[in-house]
Amino acid sequence: MAVKKRSNTVRLKFETEWKYDPAPESKNIAQIRDRYELFINGAFVKPLSRKYMPTINPATEEKLSEVAEAGNADVNLAVKSARTAYNKYWKKLNGKERSKYIFRIARMLQEKAREFAVIESLDGGKPIRESRDFDVPTAANHFFYYAGWADKLEYAFPNRKAEPLGVAGQIIPWNFPLLMAAWKIAPALATGNTVVLKPAETTPLTALKLAELIQEADLPPGVVNIITGAGATGAAIVQHPDINKIAFTGSTDVGKLIQKAIAGTSKKATLELGGKAANIIFDDAPLDQAVEGVINGIFFNQGHVCCAGSRLYVQESVYKIVLRKLKDRLATLIVGDPLDKNTDIGAINSKQQLETIHRYIQIGKQEGAEMYQSECALPRKGFFCRPTLFTNVAQSSRIAQEEIFGPVLTIQTFRTEEEVIEKANNTPFGLSAGVWTDKGSKIFNMTSKLRAGVVWANTYNKFDPTSPFGGYKESGFGREGGLHGLSSYVHLSF
Amino acid sequence: MPNKKSTLKSESAVASKRLEVLKTYKIYIGGQFPRTESGRYYIALNQKGKKLANVCLSSRKDIRDAVESSRNAFGSWSSRAAFNRGQILYRMAEMLEGRKEQFIQEMTEMDATRIQAEKEVHLSIDRLIYYAGWADKYQQVFSSVNPVASSHFNFSTPEPMGVVGIIAPQQTSLIGMVSLIASVIAGGNTCVVIGSYPKPLCAVTLAEVLHASDLPGGVVNILTGNPAELTSWLAGHMDVNSIVFCEKDDALTKVIQEKSALNVKRVQLYQTNNWLDDSSQSPYYIYDFQEIKTTWHPVELTAGGGNKY
Repeated sequence: MAVKKRSNTVRLKFETEWKYDPAPESKNIAQIRDRYELFINGAFVKPLSRKYMPTINPATEEKLSEVAEAGNADVNLAVKSARTAYNKYWKKLNGKERSKYIFRIARMLQEKAREFAVIESLDGGKPIRESRDFDVPTAANHFFYYAGWADKLEYAFPNRKAEPLGVAGQIIPWNFPLLMAAWKIAPALATGNTVVLKPAETTPLTALKLAELIQEADLPPGVVNIITGAGATGAAIVQHPDINKIAFTGSTDVGKLIQKAIAGTSKKATLELGGKAANIIFDDAPLDQAVEGVINGIFFNQGHVCCAGSRLYVQESVYKIVLRKLKDRLATLIVGDPLDKNTDIGAINSKQQLETIHRYIQIGKQEGAEMYQSECALPRKGFFCRPTLFTNVAQSSRIAQEEIFGPVLTIQTFRTEEEVIEKANNTPFGLSAGVWTDKGSKIFNMTSKLRAGVVWANTYNKFDPTSPFGGYKESGFGREGGLHGLSSYVHLSF
Repeated sequence: MPNKKSTLKSESAVASKRLEVLKTYKIYIGGQFPRTESGRYYIALNQKGKKLANVCLSSRKDIRDAVESSRNAFGSWSSRAAFNRGQILYRMAEMLEGRKEQFIQEMTEMDATRIQAEKEVHLSIDRLIYYAGWADKYQQVFSSVNPVASSHFNFSTPEPMGVVGIIAPQQTSLIGMVSLIASVIAGGNTCVVIGSYPKPLCAVTLAEVLHASDLPGGVVNILTGNPAELTSWLAGHMDVNSIVFCEKDDALTKVIQEKSALNVKRVQLYQTNNWLDDSSQSPYYIYDFQEIKTTWHPVELTAGGGNKY
């Protein structure tokens, strides 16, 4: 039932008149082994380190499985197998046949999409709606897209011969575990490299399922090696002398460590690091659409998104109405069971991350910003956080400067285009930005002035295999996706 | 129909052997399989003179019907996501792979050796995969952002021409036709294809493969018949945007070129191609059936940005 407020928006009273029945996706489709070994040279092998670590469901804190923790000797084996596969099979295989292997991976991933989606939500906490409709299909599409490039590289780099770099060491984060694996593996294979990939320590399962799938697709052994572990395993990959290329997605702090660690070596790198994107609403924007975009921009995947629109800039003349609409919309967001199809915001990925978010919320309050949270109920077990807004935020405030990586939005105002360009660019990051206005010429002015690798106009958080993604400044370098994503994995010779 | 001539060898053979069911070779228009409306047929023979089938001798009316369904299919096909078109081309390859024995058999009936037939079928499958890959990439290769001097965002992108008439290469039964269909529809066009006159079997069987490949009806229409008769109708049709001809036939080429002037058809002549070679596949075969559209949009000029980190 609708209740009229004094503002011109209508607030729906969900808590009294409407109730959603639970609509959980079945877990039965997910086949998860009790223990996963390392995927090296086409087989699952026990780690020489003999160590294992548990992986839990962040929504229930229950253990899902345990995975091997690769030590230095294991990393050595994986790199050796990737090197052998590179020399023995992959380098010699023509693009046409390489292409068909990658198409196979894409198709099998489509065939098993639902299972991957359920495991992604179980292991990482993201809503099933997102893993089912975004993560898994986009991952499959990425393989499909890059598969097609494998025998067409001469058109991507006219007048040059594109040669593979060799063995790529790839380290991926926990926010989009399968999708990031696809972003890394697909272009590397298409360009003729072999791979040692390490998924994040809290979300290893879909990468390991992908290893099973790659085995099933009958890729030559060693072309893709997937090894699990924590920071030390990642460091061993970065420092391994027989790796030609490091591809890393993660925090800016770790990215800087990697850049330093490979200094003085011939290793190439792409770094896709943190962000603190400005999402800018002008007074001529379609406001309801803009509010939806802001909600999606910051609460998609619990805000665990490097390109999340975490700094909202609203033109002063529409500030009040935008804030009202945002709060109304916030009240309708459902936080809870990631496997429930009605859930908008799932579980925070780990206890550690939940603590980080809580710490930043405290900092925001201490700095004098005003906090607003929705009143939704939270599950008793698991790691959950209410969607949170901060108003009265200073440009210098830490919550407006540092990446929180959670469902926390800071809101500031501006009067002129010049002012908002200045404020939006006033950050060491430069991954993405959003602009909301009905005026096309303003959009293109903004996109040319904003120092960010991706600018969304009247939309937000859109991704496509054909579209390059990556940052300016301390958000990293190199691009993933599209034609430009190929450059990261080739050496161009005449 | 391998045993058509030999089925009546003897009374005992008739009594003991299972009688083969022969396929009626039809044409493919708008996702359906009619016989030609004209009721005409011709007998396809192989070099030994063996009768292969009573093949449809399509008419001007069939051409018109096929163009009409091509036009009807164009809007939705061209506005599909490029990725989706790629998926469908890939599906066509999957279906062809699954039915390759049938094609090999037909080709060997039409005088190919088994080795030649296998090669041609495998190449046809791989060529579909090749163009499946291009469906969402040629735009990236052929588009440009143009650095005009005024304050405008200016970009040029390829768009499909519309309905393409394809007189399939006549000397191959499959690979030439597959190559052209793939590059034309990967680029978002729809087409009317006249298959090989002397080797018509694979054209019809390919239609059956396409029919089972998530390809919407009307995107590809396949006719069998005599190009000498049908080509001028196709080239003169006012709702066809472009026409492809691959034979070294100067007289017919001139007819095509003249008739095409009626509505400024784009004529593509591929008369020296070896379709069995990889040199006959490239994104330029997609580009040949694309228009280039340039869009201008003003860009506001304000202060701000500039020298900052």
